[in-house]
Amino acid sequence: MKIIILGAGQVGRTAAYHLSREESNEVTVVDINEDTLRDLQDRLDIRTVAGNASYPTVLEAAGANEADIIVALTSADEVNMMACEVAFTLYRTPTKIARIRSAEYTNRKELFSEEALSVDVFISPEELVTDYIEKLIKHPGALQVLDFADGKVRLVGVRAKKDGLLVGRALRELREHLPKSDARVVAIYRAGRSIPPKGDTVLEQGDEVFFLAASTDIKRVMSELRKADSPVKRVVIAGGGNIGFRLAKALEKQNQVKLIERDQRRARKVSELLENTIVLNGDAADEELLIEENIDSADVFAALTNSEEANILSAMLAKRLGAHKVMALINKPSYAELMESGSIDIAISPQSITIGSLLAHVRRGDIVRVHSLRRGAAEAIELIVHGSERSCRVIGKRIEEIQLPEGASIGAIVRADRVIMAHHDAVVEADDHVILFLADRRHIEAVEKLFLGAAIR
Amino acid sequence: MPGVAHVLGTLLAFFGIAYVVPVLTSLVTLDGKAPVFLLAALISSGTGLLVRFLTRKHSRELKPRDGFLLATLSWVLMSLSASIPLLLALPGLSFTNAYFEAMSGLTTTGSTILTGLDNLAPSINIWRHTLHWLGGLGIIVLAVAILPLLGVGGMQLYRAEAPGPVKDEKLTPRITETAKSLWVVYTVMTIAGMIALRMAGMTWFDAICHGMSALSLGGFSTHDNSLGHYNSLAIEMVMCVLMVAASLNFARHFVALRRLTLQPYRKDPEARAIAAVLGVSIVGITLLLYFEGTYPVFFSALRHATFNVISMATTSGFVTENFDTWPAFAPIWLLFLTCIVCSTGSTGGGIKMFRTLLLARKAGRELKLLVHPSAVWPVRIGGKPVPDHIGDSVLAFIFLYFVTVVTLTFAMLLTGLDFDSSFSAIVASINNAGPGLATVGPSHNYSELTHTQTWICTAAMLVGRLEIFSVLVLFTPAFWRK
Repeated sequence: MKIIILGAGQVGRTAAYHLSREESNEVTVVDINEDTLRDLQDRLDIRTVAGNASYPTVLEAAGANEADIIVALTSADEVNMMACEVAFTLYRTPTKIARIRSAEYTNRKELFSEEALSVDVFISPEELVTDYIEKLIKHPGALQVLDFADGKVRLVGVRAKKDGLLVGRALRELREHLPKSDARVVAIYRAGRSIPPKGDTVLEQGDEVFFLAASTDIKRVMSELRKADSPVKRVVIAGGGNIGFRLAKALEKQNQVKLIERDQRRARKVSELLENTIVLNGDAADEELLIEENIDSADVFAALTNSEEANILSAMLAKRLGAHKVMALINKPSYAELMESGSIDIAISPQSITIGSLLAHVRRGDIVRVHSLRRGAAEAIELIVHGSERSCRVIGKRIEEIQLPEGASIGAIVRADRVIMAHHDAVVEADDHVILFLADRRHIEAVEKLFLGAAIR
Repeated sequence: MPGVAHVLGTLLAFFGIAYVVPVLTSLVTLDGKAPVFLLAALISSGTGLLVRFLTRKHSRELKPRDGFLLATLSWVLMSLSASIPLLLALPGLSFTNAYFEAMSGLTTTGSTILTGLDNLAPSINIWRHTLHWLGGLGIIVLAVAILPLLGVGGMQLYRAEAPGPVKDEKLTPRITETAKSLWVVYTVMTIAGMIALRMAGMTWFDAICHGMSALSLGGFSTHDNSLGHYNSLAIEMVMCVLMVAASLNFARHFVALRRLTLQPYRKDPEARAIAAVLGVSIVGITLLLYFEGTYPVFFSALRHATFNVISMATTSGFVTENFDTWPAFAPIWLLFLTCIVCSTGSTGGGIKMFRTLLLARKAGRELKLLVHPSAVWPVRIGGKPVPDHIGDSVLAFIFLYFVTVVTLTFAMLLTGLDFDSSFSAIVASINNAGPGLATVGPSHNYSELTHTQTWICTAAMLVGRLEIFSVLVLFTPAFWRK
């Protein structure tokens, strides 16, 4: 597939990295800064074009004539929309994805309807990240909470602790413990390595366990893996940027939220937009400010500024001063790994959150959702199975009969609003949403071929 | 200053047109006062046109700051013009009292120094009420709406006269259109009020007069006993509705009427606060009156508490009972309500609910800042943050308001009046409410004051109506510096 990525910022670079890793893709990146492009080209197998992303000449130079997909990820909403408009008007580009940050635009869905702006899909990284953190806060104890089938099924990552009921026992006992709810463990990582979850696998303390369950059952399943955390009440957010602000807005109705912002003018602005949040003007790494605002009684401290170093430092400080759980927004995968094993409870990687929703649109066939897990090493995908028994190799088969690549497992099937956990005898039907877990994302093409065999050609 | 004189001339000439109302009334009722009013109209319009003609070369020279001078001077001069027919028609009336009556009319204060209102010539009564009605929404605002020749300094003039701290709120892009819309709503509501009063049992003449004084939150009546004259529950209820409506922002009425919804009121923080304050006050005073035994029947207590609370709180000053004899808490509370209740953009006086709310929030913020010293806390009214400069100007306003009240009260005390009368007369005058306590209480009227005292009250009414700043700015050296 020929893909043009406009903008080589954080998200643009990650998208380029993920997309160019797949053999069949030809990726061109456009950015206004030549240095960034040169640096990027040294590391990835891509073409780069320097220039203003919405200019027809620039788009043409990037190969807009033949492009299948254009992904506009510059920092300006207006440029992104304009680029999609230009690409559609002049080059009839089939798929146009734009990053739109401002809620002023995203709140008006009719702007993106057929006859309006030529943006097929818009993604809003800040919104995605905010939703992600919000879900983590609503499920205390979870490392990751990912939605499938419009939130009917969720994939939850949890670190097992010795006070969990199931820890030290075989997986098959889960059904005995919870006869009424249905859940399925799809992956277990022990000391950073994946081990296939079988009925007789015994969970150990410190295992990272991923399970799929209906949204309503998540609490019960989690208590099997670790003692239930008390619900979050007091939240302290460091950084009043887009993400911090949105998170405060989303949480302020139900929680006591405090937001620390360093820039005085931004603090003022944020305080005007938020109604129940206490906005504090100061440095999140200022020990005295944190103590003064009772950091020791905070249930969650989330460091969400633009600077990952500042996030790491203030989160560590907050943890030392007694915050119950600390999160930090960290872009660099290496930092994230470094921190999550130590002093920070959850490292949030904005790219891997954003890239998932981007990948869903770029992938072939009917892939509804892609979530990157474990910093891009693993993937969880939701796809729709089309066709009939004759045209598709999985329809009419029982799950145990389907030959999946190594490390892949089917977690659940959603059939017309009904969630069916993938036990070995469940049968796949046409138009089912299948939720798959891939421990190794390199097998993605094999999985795509298997499920979408007929649809691809 | 010839530019100011030019506009002033125009306004005076324009004011002459208002005499049409009493002249027509006189012709219909044959009370023989028509020549008096015609003469007054001639003097007013004649002088106005002469000044306008003499300064015609300076017609477009209005500077922004001239708005204040113009507003103050025009109110002083129009009151002067309005007092001419009173002087001519009522022999024995001193100039001081005639001027007081005219100013009390135009500023919608509604305190009167006349007695024997029931026997007054109809044309004079209707003139008093016409003054109320014109002064209610602001005669300069009316001029801005109707006279295109004022276009230049329109916004400045509007700002100098319109009540409330936030004056840049326009309904339409053009100030003329905004002013026109407000006056249309005002007129429609007044006519509706007149019809309702007629249906409630007033004569047409009384209904027209009281309609005008109710919507303008004035307080003049055609009877010495004010609304107590009728002793009619229906009339009191209609009056209550009219007064509450007039105490709300007319911009909300405009939107509500145009879209036919109650949404604008529900969303208006001032309207909600007014409803809350009125509700609590009515319930509280009803219970007080009932349990103190002032009215042994609960319903009478409720009825009198409702009418008098609304009448005083909205700064109208109609009276049905002598509330001065109620338990001490009640009359003082009523006087206190005159200070705070009316909404920005209403026809009422006082500090205005917006400023009250703002100050309360500002004080609340200071308390919270003691707990969270680094917090950033915008002051909000109805969820919307209020810019700091408005907060500052409100603080300054409140300070000046109290300084004015204190200074003028001391001035009254110097003239030998007792404290209750002095203080209540000043508060009632600066809030454009009307009756005070003791000597100036509901059962008396301002005719008992000496000339000096009357002049002090007259000044208080003017300062209160133009919201202090517009008048006081004229006494700063900076204003006169070139």
